[in-house]
Amino acid sequence: MTSLYEKVGGEAAVNAAVEIFYRKVLKDDRIKRFFDDVDMAKQAAKQKAFLTLAMGGPNKYSGLDMRKGHAHLVARGLNDSHFDAVVEDLGATLKELKVPQELINEVAALCETTRKDVLGK
Amino acid sequence: MAKIRYGGQAYESRQGESVLECLTAHGVSVPSSCHAGVCQSCMMRVVKGRVPAAAQSGLKPAHAAKNFFLACICRPDEDVEVAFIDEALQRLRADVLEISRLNSDIVRVRLRPRQPLDYNPGQFIRLYKGAGVSRFYSLASVPRLHHEDIHIHVRRMPYGAVSGWIHETLRAGEAVDISESLGECSYLPGHPEQGLLLMGTGCGLAPLYGIILDALTRGHQGAVRLYHGSVDAAGLYLIEELRALSKAFPNFEYIPCVSADEAPPPGFTPGMVLDVAMARHPDLSGWRVYLCGNPQMVSKGRREAFLAGASMGEIFADPFLPASGAACQ
Repeated sequence: MTSLYEKVGGEAAVNAAVEIFYRKVLKDDRIKRFFDDVDMAKQAAKQKAFLTLAMGGPNKYSGLDMRKGHAHLVARGLNDSHFDAVVEDLGATLKELKVPQELINEVAALCETTRKDVLGK
Repeated sequence: MAKIRYGGQAYESRQGESVLECLTAHGVSVPSSCHAGVCQSCMMRVVKGRVPAAAQSGLKPAHAAKNFFLACICRPDEDVEVAFIDEALQRLRADVLEISRLNSDIVRVRLRPRQPLDYNPGQFIRLYKGAGVSRFYSLASVPRLHHEDIHIHVRRMPYGAVSGWIHETLRAGEAVDISESLGECSYLPGHPEQGLLLMGTGCGLAPLYGIILDALTRGHQGAVRLYHGSVDAAGLYLIEELRALSKAFPNFEYIPCVSADEAPPPGFTPGMVLDVAMARHPDLSGWRVYLCGNPQMVSKGRREAFLAGASMGEIFADPFLPASGAACQ
């Protein structure tokens, strides 16, 4: 069975998506303040890890990692609307890369499974 | 089972265990994030033995050639000795040939390593003061032009253990220990038409100077733009050399910027180096960008260059510098 990650295009797709996605996020007025004081070089690696995860690729992030990794942002007001904005930016990125809508829906559904942990609920 | 040596200890790795898991289980703290060979946070270096090729997947060729590997996906099948990247540096002895003043705060040290140092201009070395104390310094020299001599720029820091020693005690004729060269911040041949934007403050000029000399003398054809900033004109240096270079190479432009002088002397542009440069280069798609010096400027510059269209892989700055910031202090 072909995995979602393979269907989307694997590591090559992640590499193509990471810059488009990250530019969208940094320009997105709804969420850019959360990235104001991050080190871009480190953040780029994290964005790549995030996209790999979101597209169903190999990762070992646990729910607990997600909670710990975002707790400082939750403290700064990270909520559902910001989560939605990120998923939307990701969808727009994949659309730009001509990924079929049904796969984009699958990616969004996979992101959805992390919502509670990311938002510390 | 394979043994993993680190820091003078040997650890028995269990079946299927990664270097990261084995070291962590024994209390060695290894930075890590994705645990899947993606984020490269856990990059280490193998100093004895060999790691499986899979442990280097996704690394830049230059890193793989230096025996770097990713601890999270490395499951060794033979005994290996590993180290963190900045612990595993080879040392060599170098003679101090000359220490000359570049401005009131900064000197240039000309060194001649006793064994040949293989480096790219813009990379940095560690310079040791005795056994325990060391600092990173970027290389402003070019092997093609300066042969076996290497040049570093050293800014006198208040209470600087190494910079104070270099400025006040070290003399020509003495010898020091340096490390092999490190870092990705250098000229990459192969794209002679590409635009190069270089932004630096203070002694962050050192790597940029090496990169510019390297690019121009290799026949780089694309635009080369250097924005060098300081509070006032007295904080800048190598001004005449850079002006002469821009006369000799029409594709090179030198824009000295001063931030605290609204009406600077002729030839100097008022403003912060990043503001001046980004206003003149609103579209950086296809450009390669170099940032050196003040850590806030470097961090802000990375973001602004990226948002102006420069690709992440085309933005270079010294990656793992100590808290002091630029590799020259």
